[in-house]
Amino acid sequence: MSRNKSLWNKEFRDAAQAVSWNRREFLRSAAATCAAGTMFGFSPLRAMALPPSQKVVVVTFGGGARDEETFAPEGQENIPNLMKTLVPQSTFFDQVINQGILGHYVATASLATGVYETFDNFAAVSPDHPTVFEYFRKGLHRPAGDTWVVAPSNGFNGIGTSDCKGYGQGAGVILPKQLLRTALPLEGDGQYSHLLLDNYEDPYYVPPLAGHEFHLKQLDQVLRLSVTDFMQHAMTLSSADELSVYIAKQLMRHLAPSLLWITLHDMDIAHSGAYSLYIEGIQRSDRLCAEIWSTIQSEPEYAGKTTMFVLPDFGRDSDFDAGGNGFQHHRTGDALSRTTWLMVLGPGIREGMMVDRPVTSLDLVPTIGAKLGFATPLVQGKRLEEVL
Amino acid sequence: MEPAQLQARDFKGYPPAAQKLIVNHLDLVRQLPMVFVALLLREVKGYDWRFPAERRVIDAQFAYLQSLSAAQREDVLRTFAEIHLPHDVRSIDWVKNTQKFLDGLTKSLWATHQIDAFTAAATRYTAAWNKAEPEPAPEMPRLSIVVFGAGLHYKGYPLFRKLRPHGVYVPQVDGTNGWQEILNVVLARASKMPTPYRHFYIDGGRADPAATGHLSTTSYEGMKPVREAVLKQIHEIIASGHGGPEQLRTRMAELTPRELAFGSNVHDEVMHRFEVDVQTEGSGTQIFSTTFVMWSAREALRRAQPYTTLLRYAPRQRELPMNEMLSSKSKSAGVDAEGSVMDANIGAFYTWVDQQRLTGAEQSSFLAWSEEHAEAVIIGPDMPRGTVAGNSLTVRQMLMQIA
Repeated sequence: MSRNKSLWNKEFRDAAQAVSWNRREFLRSAAATCAAGTMFGFSPLRAMALPPSQKVVVVTFGGGARDEETFAPEGQENIPNLMKTLVPQSTFFDQVINQGILGHYVATASLATGVYETFDNFAAVSPDHPTVFEYFRKGLHRPAGDTWVVAPSNGFNGIGTSDCKGYGQGAGVILPKQLLRTALPLEGDGQYSHLLLDNYEDPYYVPPLAGHEFHLKQLDQVLRLSVTDFMQHAMTLSSADELSVYIAKQLMRHLAPSLLWITLHDMDIAHSGAYSLYIEGIQRSDRLCAEIWSTIQSEPEYAGKTTMFVLPDFGRDSDFDAGGNGFQHHRTGDALSRTTWLMVLGPGIREGMMVDRPVTSLDLVPTIGAKLGFATPLVQGKRLEEVL
Repeated sequence: MEPAQLQARDFKGYPPAAQKLIVNHLDLVRQLPMVFVALLLREVKGYDWRFPAERRVIDAQFAYLQSLSAAQREDVLRTFAEIHLPHDVRSIDWVKNTQKFLDGLTKSLWATHQIDAFTAAATRYTAAWNKAEPEPAPEMPRLSIVVFGAGLHYKGYPLFRKLRPHGVYVPQVDGTNGWQEILNVVLARASKMPTPYRHFYIDGGRADPAATGHLSTTSYEGMKPVREAVLKQIHEIIASGHGGPEQLRTRMAELTPRELAFGSNVHDEVMHRFEVDVQTEGSGTQIFSTTFVMWSAREALRRAQPYTTLLRYAPRQRELPMNEMLSSKSKSAGVDAEGSVMDANIGAFYTWVDQQRLTGAEQSSFLAWSEEHAEAVIIGPDMPRGTVAGNSLTVRQMLMQIA
């Protein structure tokens, strides 16, 4: 089935439009309480005189959140930072369709390659198509340290570099939970096994580590962080996503990579069926997104020259689809689980602009390529001209 | 192997009733597409310990397929026949290793973007056979009651937000003797219509010993040995170094009540199989009591189609934040009263939704009551929608409206 044919299946298109219409209306309803009065109008083209973006930070708002718990009226209380701080400063795409496999690793890999990857979600493999990190390094002749991925540990160790011939030089990958596992004393491993659970989608899955992942000894060499300091800081944090953001900040401070990709994942605890923990995960992701944006504003290497993309990998099932169990999973492939959003912030980005037209999650990579000035020849997506 | 090649001996490993059923319909089965047969076999394999309502569904599908002409069958199952399967999936012995084949099928459907077409075909097929062999109306109007038990408290949390538009919200409930009143109603219904597996009681803590008679009862406390046995099996397989997800799933599917701490005390294999399924197939049922209640209720409603469903949520264990785990300060997780309220709140909504999927939905009733919040919502055929009760009501008064 061709991508276009699949995407424009009328039934799906109508459902996707309904989802995005609701999201749009929800945001409009919230406009009155928004600090930025310009949220739904065009702001002046103040960015035209600014230089092009020099750095990009991508944050995936994972793993999987529904409108009901985020942009719907009853969900907005869970995302105060997105609603009041980030959305008003962003160009917001309200209909981002993901027609790929709804498993977190394979979906995130598809975001990173601009092609719907089709490998087994529970296999620790590299994507088949070149990643944005490889395009970036090849196109701009950048060194290895200029692009990094910070991700949960469920098999994401292969995401930095593809198996595609002619490529192969991608991003360094840091898996904070794996670092923690390595740093823990042996006797503690069993005690912390729940914390270090690799994923919630398939609790039986224990991926082997291989490839380009970041090793414990590099903490000191690259991040100038001793294992003791790492562990002590970990003890002040309440979740794995907080640890990821902490590592990302260390990277930004010490290496200042031009292309940084942070995958949040706490909310995927929804698979355990505990709604309250899923909500906590959303609230934490909301706070961490604002924290990352704030760090971008305060770090001299990033301030004023960084574009941030925030998007979920996909949604979760509807309460009313008989094939699922509502928020708990993303198994049905219904419109709610496939239709998400994207916000883009930074210099040159029109603030408070909403884009109603349908776009796809594959459009991220060519847009980053256009933003930073490198080619992405094998992608299936298209550039999002609204943010270029 | 193609379905046309199937022989009775291929089903020798199946349990007796399942084997008899499939062999009796072998001529029909040989004419069906492979993917469809595998899906059917998954259901048939458990026939010996399925609930009566599930057996009826399987029987009705055979009757429906048998009633069609060859051309009609081909038409209704065309999409299943057109699904393209990779060689490695086709080569799996789908009669013996049905679940492995279906896992491969699922991956393939997603990878090749055939999942939407498959879902649409399954929906069309289900609608067609449901129309031809409609589910009988329940022998009595269905009733679900969800109780947020002692220890579930979250000051200021807006309860029943998703349920209120469908019935009467009661902001003040006099809960005196409330649980006993509910139990009396449930036991009376079960005595009045003592059909097996039509009256369920699921408790997130310890089951009330007074809940006897014709109730099918399961509880989180009662399942402790089973949970521990499941986790032991998982750890053993992982520790062996030969346990990928597929092997683990297969092993979980093979576990019997006798292996899972029921010992020789398997007096009700149908119910025990159900309990084992909740532990081995449910996600989070082994960790959180709230998930155990929510998922057990979903599966009971989907599979057994009960007339009465009584759920009581108890506080679940707290999820320790990372810093507490690392510092080892908390040896015991303790309970999360507030989180449990949120979990029970969405669970109550899902139970109502699941009940509404069943026949007789327009006559079904529903009550959710929080003991500690002293709030409730009542939904029923004679109850106005989206209204708020002006007075305080006792639990008995609420039950009189719907039971």
